[in-house]
Amino acid sequence: MSKIVKKATRESFGEALVEVAKLNNDVVVLDADLAAATKTQIFKNAFPDRFFDCGISECNMIGVGAGLSTMGKIPFVASFAMFSAGRGFEQIRNSIAYPNLNVKIAGSHAGISVGEDGATHQCCEDIALMRSIPNMSILNPCDHYEMQEAVKYASVHKGPMYIRLGRLAIESVNNNDDYKFEFGKGIQLKGGADITLIATGLPVRATLSAADLLKKDGIDARVINIHTIKPIDKDIILKAATETNQIFTIEEHNIIGGLGEAVCSVVCENHPIKVTRIGINDQFGQSGSANELLKYYKLDADGIYETIKNNL
Amino acid sequence: MDSKSIKNLCKLACKIRIGILESVFSAQSGHPGGSLSVADLLAYLYSKELKVNPKKPKDPNRDRLVLSKGHAAPALYSTLAHMGFFELSDLKTLRKLGSHLQGHPSMKSTPGVDMTTGSLGQGISAACGMALGAKLNNLNSRVYCILGDGEIEEGQVWEASMFASHYNLNNLCLFIDNNSLQIDGSIQEVAGLSNIPEKFSSFGFNVLEIDGHNFEQIDNAVNQAKNYKSKPSAIIMKTSKGKCVSYMENNVSWHGAAPNKEQFDIAKEELLNALSKLED
Repeated sequence: MSKIVKKATRESFGEALVEVAKLNNDVVVLDADLAAATKTQIFKNAFPDRFFDCGISECNMIGVGAGLSTMGKIPFVASFAMFSAGRGFEQIRNSIAYPNLNVKIAGSHAGISVGEDGATHQCCEDIALMRSIPNMSILNPCDHYEMQEAVKYASVHKGPMYIRLGRLAIESVNNNDDYKFEFGKGIQLKGGADITLIATGLPVRATLSAADLLKKDGIDARVINIHTIKPIDKDIILKAATETNQIFTIEEHNIIGGLGEAVCSVVCENHPIKVTRIGINDQFGQSGSANELLKYYKLDADGIYETIKNNL
Repeated sequence: MDSKSIKNLCKLACKIRIGILESVFSAQSGHPGGSLSVADLLAYLYSKELKVNPKKPKDPNRDRLVLSKGHAAPALYSTLAHMGFFELSDLKTLRKLGSHLQGHPSMKSTPGVDMTTGSLGQGISAACGMALGAKLNNLNSRVYCILGDGEIEEGQVWEASMFASHYNLNNLCLFIDNNSLQIDGSIQEVAGLSNIPEKFSSFGFNVLEIDGHNFEQIDNAVNQAKNYKSKPSAIIMKTSKGKCVSYMENNVSWHGAAPNKEQFDIAKEELLNALSKLED
């Protein structure tokens, strides 16, 4: 077993960029004056000649990434999710996704766990925005180990890709030596026959804890980690829909347009059973510490457990 | 440039304009006004300046052209067809279902199109990325980017301009098609846009001002820009929207309207007359 690491996925991202850049000279990184926060600074320090600060100009940064990719470069462009996926949506759609260019877009400080900065910086809509764009793939790794593998994969994947990063340090869940990142494949973290909990990103850890609480009540919950939100793993979802009685989805994102709706689409079209979406209930966040906010919006283990119990 | 070269450029520009009219007439939609204003520039760039090969449109060592004012696609398509990137007969498929000639340039559809554009303000950023990429790859490729004057109302243009200057992208050359008209009226009326050379100058560009329908001036400016190594260049071209079609010239209503049969015949006759005079 690898050791349990408590680290923010943004930090794992910055470290992983250095590793992939050692293997591939075409990897370059762009940021929009947030290198210290998105952790692309780790890359900047290692490869200053391959790092380009674009200043506070996200739309231009995305277009520069598009242009670099036409020259054979593999650009990772990074900012807060609110400003890369949010502000840059149209540039991502028209300059990257429509021509199907090989640009990786990182959205850091995603979800409410940004904390004190409050609603203007707490992007809970990025997955919805990116899911709606043709040619786009979306990765939302849940811990240090998964982020390392996701970045490795992103550097060899051809085409537009969005990678979601978190600010808050979280304990790793993928410590097993046989952990394997497969693009488009969900990972069953725990078997279970009664219900299935499908989580993505930061709340995966809390979802596992919620499953432990459910066990005490005699409820045997399967737990699935979805790191690739698009394309979604239909097989693992349909297996859960046929083998268990109810599905809950858990994400640090608006319940509109995110993982929950991706799962609902697969279930509704193929094997309808009840799906309950747990996430941000179509509302804006607010200031507070990350852990206070996760508790307030019921995305900590107790909150997830409570919502599941109320909806069984 | 000698008089023979200029005459040949005039002929090519005339043929490009006929292609613009034919494609827009066939589509019964599209943007003739701003296409006609950049026809001379495109004739010059593709026949005299750009290192491009119609047989190897993806050659990594080529120069790049980004038509940031993507609605002038008919001008780019007509030029590419005349240069042999694809058949001239394709021009009549413009904007039709299944055609490789999309309403706005699509690099994945059309041979010779270097960047997908159409949403204003975005092409210049991609051009910056190409210019930076050329430097990183140690290529001598130059990157040319054509913007509309109305287009520079987009904030992204100034983000990109700051970037181009900050990273000294001296292999980047912008052309501003200053025909002074945009959809809702004159650039002055609509947005109070003025002092274009001063704006680019203050953003760190080597600025040149020319008549965009004068081949000698275009030639001089392009060569001056190429030899200027300490800054990126911006060539502000005074042009006429609808140039060379009498009833379209400087008339904003032809920004995005197609001629009917009668109007098309008049335009084509004017251009054919101009061409036959050049052939004499």
